Amino acid sequence: MGIRFILLVNKQGQTRLAQYYEYLTLEERRALEGEIVRKCLARTEQQCSFVEHRTYKVVYRRYASLFFLVGVDNDENELAILEFIHLLVETMDRHFGNVCELDIMFHLEKAHFMLEEMVMNGYIVETNKSNILAPIHLMDKAS
Amino acid sequence: MVSCRDMIRAIRACKTAAEERAVVRKECAAIRAAVSENDQDYRHRNLAKLMFIHMLGYPTHFGQMECLKLIASSGFPEKRIGYLGLMLLLDERQEVLMLVTNSLKQDLNHSNQYIVGLALCALGNICSAEMARDLAPEVERLLQNSNPNIRKKAALCSIRIIRKVPDLAENFMKPAGAFLGEKHHGVLITGVQLCMDLCKASSEALEYLRKHTKDLVRVLKNVITSGYTPEYDISGITDPFLQIRVLRLLRILGQGDADASDVMSDILAQVATSTESNKNAGNAILYECVETIMSIEATGGLRVLAINILGRFLSNRDNNIRYVALNMLMKAITVDGQAVQRHRTTILECVKDSDASIRKRALELLFLLVNDSNVKPLTKELIEYLEVCDPEFKGDLSAKICSIVEKFSPDKLWYIDQMLKVLSEAGNFVKDEVWHALIVVISNATDLQGYTVRSLYKAFQTSSNQETLVRVAVWCIGEYGDLLVNNIGELDGEEPLTVTESDAVDVLEAALKRPSFDITTRAMALVALLKLSSRFPPCSKRIKDIIIQQKGSLVLELQQRSIEFSSVIHKHENIKSTLVERMPVLDEAAFVGKRAVSSAATLSSEKSNRKSSSGIPLNLPNGVSKPAAAPLVDLLDLSSDNAPTPSASTGDFLHDLLGVDLMQNSPIQGMSQPTTTGTDVLLDLLSIGTPPVQNNSSPKLPSSPQVKILPQLSPLGVASPKLSNTSGSVKATIQDTKPTSNAPPVIDLLGDLGSNSSMAEENVPEYPSIVGFQSSSLKIMFSFSKQPGQPQVTHVQATFTNLSSNEYTHFIFQAAVPKFVMLRLDPASGNVLPANGGSITQHLTLDNKQHRQKALAMRIRVAYKVDNQDMLEQGQVNNFPPGL
Repeated sequence: MGIRFILLVNKQGQTRLAQYYEYLTLEERRALEGEIVRKCLARTEQQCSFVEHRTYKVVYRRYASLFFLVGVDNDENELAILEFIHLLVETMDRHFGNVCELDIMFHLEKAHFMLEEMVMNGYIVETNKSNILAPIHLMDKAS
Repeated sequence: MVSCRDMIRAIRACKTAAEERAVVRKECAAIRAAVSENDQDYRHRNLAKLMFIHMLGYPTHFGQMECLKLIASSGFPEKRIGYLGLMLLLDERQEVLMLVTNSLKQDLNHSNQYIVGLALCALGNICSAEMARDLAPEVERLLQNSNPNIRKKAALCSIRIIRKVPDLAENFMKPAGAFLGEKHHGVLITGVQLCMDLCKASSEALEYLRKHTKDLVRVLKNVITSGYTPEYDISGITDPFLQIRVLRLLRILGQGDADASDVMSDILAQVATSTESNKNAGNAILYECVETIMSIEATGGLRVLAINILGRFLSNRDNNIRYVALNMLMKAITVDGQAVQRHRTTILECVKDSDASIRKRALELLFLLVNDSNVKPLTKELIEYLEVCDPEFKGDLSAKICSIVEKFSPDKLWYIDQMLKVLSEAGNFVKDEVWHALIVVISNATDLQGYTVRSLYKAFQTSSNQETLVRVAVWCIGEYGDLLVNNIGELDGEEPLTVTESDAVDVLEAALKRPSFDITTRAMALVALLKLSSRFPPCSKRIKDIIIQQKGSLVLELQQRSIEFSSVIHKHENIKSTLVERMPVLDEAAFVGKRAVSSAATLSSEKSNRKSSSGIPLNLPNGVSKPAAAPLVDLLDLSSDNAPTPSASTGDFLHDLLGVDLMQNSPIQGMSQPTTTGTDVLLDLLSIGTPPVQNNSSPKLPSSPQVKILPQLSPLGVASPKLSNTSGSVKATIQDTKPTSNAPPVIDLLGDLGSNSSMAEENVPEYPSIVGFQSSSLKIMFSFSKQPGQPQVTHVQATFTNLSSNEYTHFIFQAAVPKFVMLRLDPASGNVLPANGGSITQHLTLDNKQHRQKALAMRIRVAYKVDNQDMLEQGQVNNFPPGL
C-alpha cells in the first residue's frame, strides 16, 4: 500500500479532513495527528517537505492556511506524492473555485467524494480531473 | 434540530476545548435520540454531522447502523453518504460489517455505474477476508465490464481481495495482464498497481507478468511520445503518475531477470535522458527511473547514467531533491560504492544542513561510507560539527561518531583522543555503554594511562558540565592520580602540565558537590577520593574531611559510603593501602564478548528456541526405564548426553513438567548443544542477567546426587510462580522415592495438571507436546492432557513465547476449530509478553465429537501490539498428535 493516510490541517493544528487507509483506534489517531502536526508545523519554508515519523514518511505541503499531509510507506516516491497533493488541490480548486479552508469544512462530504475518486485503499485511482469530478457534478445537477 | 452547517459554525465558534466538547456532546445526544426514534428524514444529515464529529476525534459508534440503513435505501444520495459513512466510521474489525455483505452484493450487480462504483470503492477500502471470499466472483466479473470507470475500481478492489486472501491471486492474473493493453489511463494505472501486488503475492504471477514486459514498455513509450494531452498534463509532462507506476512495475519485473531487464533498458535510457528536470514532476520520474535502473540487471552504461542523475540531484538547491538523492544513494551504495564515495564531501555538507530530515538521511548515508582509509578525516569533520550543531541533533550524531570510532579506530591513542573529544562536546548525550567501553580501553592501555588522565584533567577544566566525561575523569583520577601529578608516561609532543595533588582533589570535590550530577557520578567521586587518600598522603586530612561531610548527605547511598569510607580511614589504616590498590586490568575480551552476547542475545535465544522446538520430543532427557528418581536427575542435568529413551507413561509427567515451562528450559538446551563448554556459555548468559535462564541454571549444577536437588529446586519454585506447582510435586516425588512405586509421583504431578487419582489405573495415553505455530517473532507450544473417562476431551496448555526483542502488549490469542470440535478458551495468564523469551500461558479445552474418526485441526490468529503498532499473525495447526 502506498498512501496510509491523508490529513488536512489548518495553521492552528485543527484537523479539517482525515482519511485513513489502515485501521487505527480513535486514541491512536488523535495521538498521531497531534505528533505529526506539531512536527510539520514547526518546519520552515526552506526545509524539505518530508518528515519521518514512526514507520511513516509524511509528505506535506502548505497552501495558504491549510497543510496537506500525506503519510506514505518508506519506499514511496516522495516527489510523486508531492505532485499528487498538488493535483488534489487543483481538483478542489476546479470544483469550489479558489478553494479555502471553509469550503472543505462545510462540504466535507464532497471533499471526501473527490478523494474517493482519486485514492482507494491507498492506491491512486484516477489522475484526470474531469473524470474525478464527473460523478460529483452529476450529483450536484440531480439535487 | 440544527443543520449540519450550523453545527459546524457552532463548533468553529468554540474558544476552548471544553466548549467544543459541550457542543459535540449536545449534538451527539440529539443524534442518538434521532437514531432511537428511527428518524428517516434526517438520517442523511445526521450521518454528515457524525462524520464531522468523527474527524474531530470523538466516538461515533452509535452511527454505524445508520450507515447500513442508508446503504440499503434506494436513492443515490442516501447510498452515497451511507457508503462514505461506512468507510469512515467502520473498519474491518467490526462485526457489523458482515451485515453489509448482502447490500454490497446487490449494489455490485446494480445497473447504475455510479452505484457499482460506490460498492467497489467501499469493498476496496474496508473489506474483510470473509467478505473478500464471498464477493470475489462479482469483482472478477466487473474486471471485464465495458465501462472503464468500473474496471479501474474493480482492479483496485482486487488488490484488497488478494491482500486478504492470497490464494485468490491466480484468478486475477489473466485480467491483470489484459489491463496492460488498455488505453484509458485510469484503467492503466490501476492495472499496473494490481500487477505489482500480484507479483508480490505469487511467484507464478510474477513469471506470468514478465511475459507482458513488452506491453508495459509500449505503454510507457506511448505516454512519453504522445503529444500534449491537457487532461493528463502536469507542467509539460504527460501523466507522471502513470509513468512512475509503470517504472515501478518494470523494476519488479526486471529484478533478477536479465531478459526482462534487457527488454526495458532502451526505454529506461530514453526516460533518463529526455525527461525535463526543471520541474518537480520530471524529477519524480527521474527519481523512480534511477531506482529502477539500480535494481534491475542493467548494463554499465545505464548505471553511469543513473549515478550522474543522482549527482545532479545532490547538487540541486532544492532541499526536496537533495533529500531524495540521499535516499537513493543509500540504495546505490550496494550497487556501486565507489561512485557514491565520490560524493562524500557533498554528503558531509548535507550532514550540516539546517534541515533535520536531510541531516538524518545524510548521517545515515555517511555512516555507510566510512572505511579504514577515510575514517580519520571524516571523524574530524563530524566532531567539529558536533561542537556547533543543534542540541537535539547531538544525541544522534554522537552515537554515530562513537560507533564509527569504535569500529574503525586504527590505534588506541586515536580512539581515546576522539572519545574524549566527543565526551567533552556531548557527554550528556552518550549512552552508558560508551563510557564503560572507554574505561575498559584505558585500563588496558598501560602506556597511555598517564597521557589519558592528564587529557581528562584538561578536558574537565573546560567541560565540567558533561556528566559522562566527568565520570571517566573521576574514575581515572582515582586510579591513576599519581600519574597525573608526577607527569609519568609522558608522550612525545605532549604539552607539559603541572597539577598539584590538591588540584586533583579539587576535581573530585567539584564532581561530588555538583548538585546536577546523579548519584552514580557522586558515588564514583567518593570512591576516587578514598583511593587518593592513600595515594596522596599530604591531602589525606582534606579528603577525610570531604568524605565526612557526606555523612549528612540526604542520599542514602552517599551517606552509607561516606560512613563506611571514613571508618576505613580511621580504623583500618593498616589494610587501607591494599584495599584501594589500582584495579586489575579489566578484561577487554570479556567485555567485548559480553556486549556482543547481549546484543546477540535475542538472536541466539531465538535460534536455540527454534532448534530445541523442533527437537523437543527427542531432546527430553529422560531415562524413564530406570527407577522413578533417575529421570529427575536426568531432567535436571540438562546437558546429559544420555540418548533419550522413548518414554513410557511414567516419563510423560516430565513431558508435562517441561511442557509447562519449556520455553525457559530451552535456551540452556540450545546453548549447551553447540559448545562443549556449556558452563561458560551459561555463566556468560547469567552475567547478562536474563531472568528465565537464571531460574533454570540451578538445576544444571547438581547433576548427580538427588538429595541436593531439593534445595536447588525450591528457589526455582519461588522464582517463577508458573513452576511452583510442578516443583512442589517434584519435591513430593523425591521424598517418595521408592524404586518400586512408580505410580504415586505420577499422580502427584498430573494431579496438578487437572487429573484425578483414578487415572493411575486407567493408564490414559499421553501425547507429546508440539510446536503449534512458529514465526520469527512468536512461538506457540501446545501440551496435552486428558481426563480419564473422557477420551474425546483434550486439555491443552498453550504457551506463547516472545522471540523478539520488543515487548508485546494487548496480546490476544484466538482459535477456530472444525464444526465437529467444541472449543473452550480460558483466560490467559496475562496479555503482556516481555521481550526476549517472555511467555504467557492459556488453557484450552477441546471436545472432539468425532473422536478417533477425525483428526483435530485448528486455525489460530494472534493479535498484539509492538510499540503501539498492531501486529497480526495467523496460521494453521495440523500437527496435533494422532488420537486426540
